[in-house]
Amino acid sequence: MSREYEIVIGLEVHAQLATESKIFCNCSTQFGAEPNQHTCPICLGLPGTLPVLNKKVVDYAIMAGLALNCTINGYSKFDRKNYFYPDLPKAYQISQNDFPICSDGFIEIDTEEGVKRIGINRIHMEEDAGKLVHEGSIDQATASLVDYNRTGIPLIEIVSEPDIRTPAEARAYLTQLKQILEYIGVSDCNMEEGSLRCDANVSIRPLGQKEFGTKTELKNMNSFRAVERALEYEVERQKKVLEEGGEVIQETRTWDDSLNKTISMRSKEEAADYRYFPDPDLPPLQVDKEWVERILASLPELPREKQERFVREYALPEYDAGVLTDSRPLADYFEACVAEYSDAKAVSNWIMGDFLRLLREENLEIEEVKMAPANLARMLQLMDKGVISSKIAKTVFEEMFKTGKDPEKIVEEKGLVQISDASQLEEIVLKVIEANPSAVEDVKNGKDRAIGFLVGQVMKETRGKANPGMVNQILKDKINSL
Amino acid sequence: MLARKDVEKLANAASIKLSESEAGKFAGQINELLEYVEKINEVDTEGVKPTLYPVSLENVFREDKVEPSLERDRALANAPEERDGQFRVPKIMG
Repeated sequence: MSREYEIVIGLEVHAQLATESKIFCNCSTQFGAEPNQHTCPICLGLPGTLPVLNKKVVDYAIMAGLALNCTINGYSKFDRKNYFYPDLPKAYQISQNDFPICSDGFIEIDTEEGVKRIGINRIHMEEDAGKLVHEGSIDQATASLVDYNRTGIPLIEIVSEPDIRTPAEARAYLTQLKQILEYIGVSDCNMEEGSLRCDANVSIRPLGQKEFGTKTELKNMNSFRAVERALEYEVERQKKVLEEGGEVIQETRTWDDSLNKTISMRSKEEAADYRYFPDPDLPPLQVDKEWVERILASLPELPREKQERFVREYALPEYDAGVLTDSRPLADYFEACVAEYSDAKAVSNWIMGDFLRLLREENLEIEEVKMAPANLARMLQLMDKGVISSKIAKTVFEEMFKTGKDPEKIVEEKGLVQISDASQLEEIVLKVIEANPSAVEDVKNGKDRAIGFLVGQVMKETRGKANPGMVNQILKDKINSL
Repeated sequence: MLARKDVEKLANAASIKLSESEAGKFAGQINELLEYVEKINEVDTEGVKPTLYPVSLENVFREDKVEPSLERDRALANAPEERDGQFRVPKIMG
C-alpha cells in the first residue's frame, strides 16, 4: 500500500565570514596557504592562551541577522562544545549554545505556489575546525595528518526551521541565502573552498500526521545540486523503509556524489554529549540598539528589494529584474549602463543575452569584463542614429567585450558603418532582383516571406552593413515598378 | 549518589580508560566530593540569578588585523609526530 507522505527538511548552513584575521587570534584567514602556516598558540589551543573576539565577526553576524530578518539578541555568549577529535586541538569548539547572537528570522523563496517564507531559527557564531587527511586509503590508514590553518576561521551557522517541504525548496532556500550573504559581503560563499557548507535534516511523515517522523542528518554535500539530489535520494530511501514495514533510524548519513546515494556513517552507540558550558575565557556580549542601528544603516539594498525597484524604476519585466539582480556586480553594471542610456529594456536585453553568454563562454567574473558600461550605452546610441544595424551591433558588442575598445573606434577600424546611402543600396538591390527572378515572382504574387529572402541576399552582399529598413523599402519600390 | 555506570559514562566522555577497581575507587571519591558540594544547596537561592562569569566584563574585542603567525617549525615543535608540515596523529574514526 503506497501512502502519501509529507517531507520535512531543515538546513544548517555554515558560512565563513570574510574577515582578514581569525575569530579569536590575529592569524590570517587566507585560503590556500601551506599546511599550518597560519597558526599560533591561541588557535593551536596551547595552555595558558587567551582568545579575544574579533569585533568584525560580531558586525558581520549582526549584518547577516538583519538581512535575514532576525532579532538581534541584546545578550549573547560563547560556550564550549566538548568533543574529542584531532581537528580540534583544544578538544572543544568555541560556539554559542543557548544564547545565540540572532534568532527568529526568515527567508522568502519563490515556489510554484508563489512566495513562501522559510523560518530561520537562529544564527550563531563559532570557530571552524582543522582539516584532517587520512594517510593512505580510509579503511587501511593508521594515521591522520592535521592542518590547523582552518582552525579558528570565523563561521556563522544559520539554522532553518523545519519549514522546507521539497528538495527543490531546499535548493531555492540555499540559492537565496547565498545571494543575500554575497550581497551584504559578509561571506564569499565559495563552495569549492569550503566557505559555504550545508548539512540537512530530513524526515517524512504520513500526510496529515502532526508528529515529525524520525530524521536523518545528511552531510558531505558539496554543491546545491548535490543537496537537492541527496535529499531526493534520502526521501525515497525513507519511503521504502516505511513501505516495507521498517523504521527509519536516527543517524548521520554521508552523501556519495559518485555513487549517487547516501551511506550510513554508523550511528555512534550513544548520542554525542557535548557538555556545553559557558567559556570563561570570553566575556558575554551586549549588543545595544546603537550598534544594531549602525549596522542597519550600512546594510546595502538586498536582492529582493533591488528586484522590486528594478521593476518599478525601470519598468522591467519581473524576469529581467530577477536575472539582472542575480548578483550585485551584475546589477551595478546594468545601472551604470542605464545611467547613460535611458531605454532600460534595450540595455536589459543586451545584458541578459550577449553579455551573459560571453561572460559564460569566456569564464569571466563581471569585475574582469573590459567593456565599460558607458560603451554599451554608446553602442546603443550608434544604433539609434542608424550608424550601425542591430546585426552589426552584435559584432561590435562582441569586439567591445573582448577588447574593451570604444564602439566608435571598432566601427571605424572594421569599416562597419551602416550603408544608408540610397543610390548605393539601389545598385545592390537591382543586382539581387536580377539574380533571383523566382523570388521576385513570389513577391509579386503576394508571398511576403520572399521579401525577407531578398533582404537577406542584400545583407549578404553588403556583409550585414545595409540599413535593413531602407533595403526593404527600396526592394518593394523596385519590384512594384517592374 | 553517583552510580558505577555514571562513572563509566564520565570516563568515556573524558576519553580515559578505567579498570574495574579504579571505577569503584573513583565512584567513592567523586561521591565524597558531591556530598561536600551538596552543602551549597542548603543556601537559599530563591530569586538569585545564576552566575555564569566570575568577572563582570563584557564586550572585550580586538580589531580585525592580521599579525604574523608562528613559524611553522615552532608550531610543530610539540607535535607527537610530523609529516609534510602537518601534525601526524593516530587515526580516529569519525
